[in-house]
Amino acid sequence: MIVAENLVKKYKEFAAVDGVSFEVAAGESFGLLGPNGAGKSTTMRMVGAVSTRTAGSLSILGMDPDRHGPEIRSRLGVVPQADNLDTELRVRENLLVYGRYFGLPRAQVARRADELLEFAQLTDKAKSKVDALSGGMKRRLTIARALINDPSILLLDEPTTGLDPQARHILWDRLFRLKEQGTTLLLTTHYMDEAEQLCDRLVVVDKGVIMAEGAPVELIRRYSSREVLELRFGSDLNAEVAGRIAGMGDRIEVLPDRILIYSENGESELVRIVEAGLTPITSLVRRSSLEDVFLRLTGRTLIE
Amino acid sequence: MSADPQGTVPTSARRGDPGQGEITPAPGSVGDRAIRSTRRIRRWGSWYVAEHRFLSLRAYAQTVVVTAFGNPIIYLYAMGVGLATLVDANLGTDAVGGVSYLAFVAPALLCSAAIAVATEEFTYPIMLGFKWNPVFFAMNAAPIQPGQIINGIVIAVAVRMFVACGIFYAFMVLFGAVPSGAGFIAVGVALLTGLGFGTLLMAYAATLTEDTGQLAMVMRLIILPMTLFSGTFFPLGVLPIWLQWIGWISPLWHGTELARVFAYGGSEPLWLSVLHVLYLAVLLAFGWAAARSITARRLNK
Repeated sequence: MIVAENLVKKYKEFAAVDGVSFEVAAGESFGLLGPNGAGKSTTMRMVGAVSTRTAGSLSILGMDPDRHGPEIRSRLGVVPQADNLDTELRVRENLLVYGRYFGLPRAQVARRADELLEFAQLTDKAKSKVDALSGGMKRRLTIARALINDPSILLLDEPTTGLDPQARHILWDRLFRLKEQGTTLLLTTHYMDEAEQLCDRLVVVDKGVIMAEGAPVELIRRYSSREVLELRFGSDLNAEVAGRIAGMGDRIEVLPDRILIYSENGESELVRIVEAGLTPITSLVRRSSLEDVFLRLTGRTLIE
Repeated sequence: MSADPQGTVPTSARRGDPGQGEITPAPGSVGDRAIRSTRRIRRWGSWYVAEHRFLSLRAYAQTVVVTAFGNPIIYLYAMGVGLATLVDANLGTDAVGGVSYLAFVAPALLCSAAIAVATEEFTYPIMLGFKWNPVFFAMNAAPIQPGQIINGIVIAVAVRMFVACGIFYAFMVLFGAVPSGAGFIAVGVALLTGLGFGTLLMAYAATLTEDTGQLAMVMRLIILPMTLFSGTFFPLGVLPIWLQWIGWISPLWHGTELARVFAYGGSEPLWLSVLHVLYLAVLLAFGWAAARSITARRLNK
């Protein structure tokens, strides 16, 4: 569906995307995971055939966006990072107007709009003003709008950023349904839990380049241990304690607010810590996540 | 929701074959079908945008209706009846080229009405579409091309302007301000004037990324003086020669003079009438093209 080879986007001298390559197969759910400013949105705009690439090759549904922009876009659904619903129109009107942009007949758009309002759980808001919707509802409406043309690929740029936990879970549920129905998804996120839930495969991006590629579980296995022990000794003591526990676990990361000990067995590491006479304020043993993969690859946390 | 297993990239498209830069989708694939079905959008996209604008117009329908009827009544009455009593009583018809002051001022007011619509539609709504209610980006994420967005806006505004000028003209006839039978052509002239000036304004508005009062400035320093010094309320010749240039470059002056030719047979050499048309047409073409290319650049981030 999507083949990107050495994709580059430069703004004057600055390369926002600097030689990115990936492939997305039909029905696959593919993620770009990285912090803000990693070049995810720029990549999405190039794949969305609205931003011209500086170099490299890009093929979407077998077409080159430089030549077949409108044709590619006719088969995409796009959920941008910031909602760009028309606030001068009502909820249902937003879908009606947008459907026309795909050259669809009015009757067909109207039918589809009602189905999608149902899917987005917005049927009773059909006549509301857009500004009267909550953040989560706006997001769902944006997703419904992106599905109006029954797209072959759905592009989601930070789909749940800025939403409260409940709204995120509703949205994930909707996206998961789409995935089950076989829609190809390409999404960017800086939330590791989102990436783990929704992506079959992902690339970790930082500063415009790909750091790693694989399935979430595979990446965790490759770049992290099974478990992580998180310890807090208080911000003044963390660095000092770090010296005393050097050598424990497979690897230790000292962050400003906590110490992470990577190990196959977090509990037994904790026992060793206590035996060494150290008493952390809090301790937590958890499963390794993509956050740890990112930390390992870049030396930084995803959300700073 | 379609997964479309046939949508897989044909082998020819993989790895951007260096020798053959062209990527073409395989026959029968999603891409191939998209190319055929998108022809309609390439042809009609501008109209879809216009359709959208008409729907948006409903949000401020009241303003549209009130100005369309209020404008001619107020201005024709104030200038064409009120002020005219003074002018005609003191100077007779010699003052303004052998016609009543009402007949003289009405075509100018008609063209100003077109400028008023242009000023309303080609300024803040353009900034809005890029910035505060960024629907242009949404349209462009669909198969609509930047040029089609601009075309659609021009179409929608032209329709609104045509209706407003038509209503204005009807009031001119009611007020007895149109001696000539060919007067209705002045509506077309007003439309050309409004769009000639308006597309330039649109191109400028499309360049604005921050509102630091530029548009308010344009209204005060360009549009208001243009209305006053374009031979609207008095012939341009009354002004000292060093101020007359304002009229010569003013689309409103060119439009007004041409409208007068049709409304009451205002006398001017034919070459000058041709020049009016050419000048306005050039502005229109330039403004339109500039707005299209500025929009294309701005949407391609």
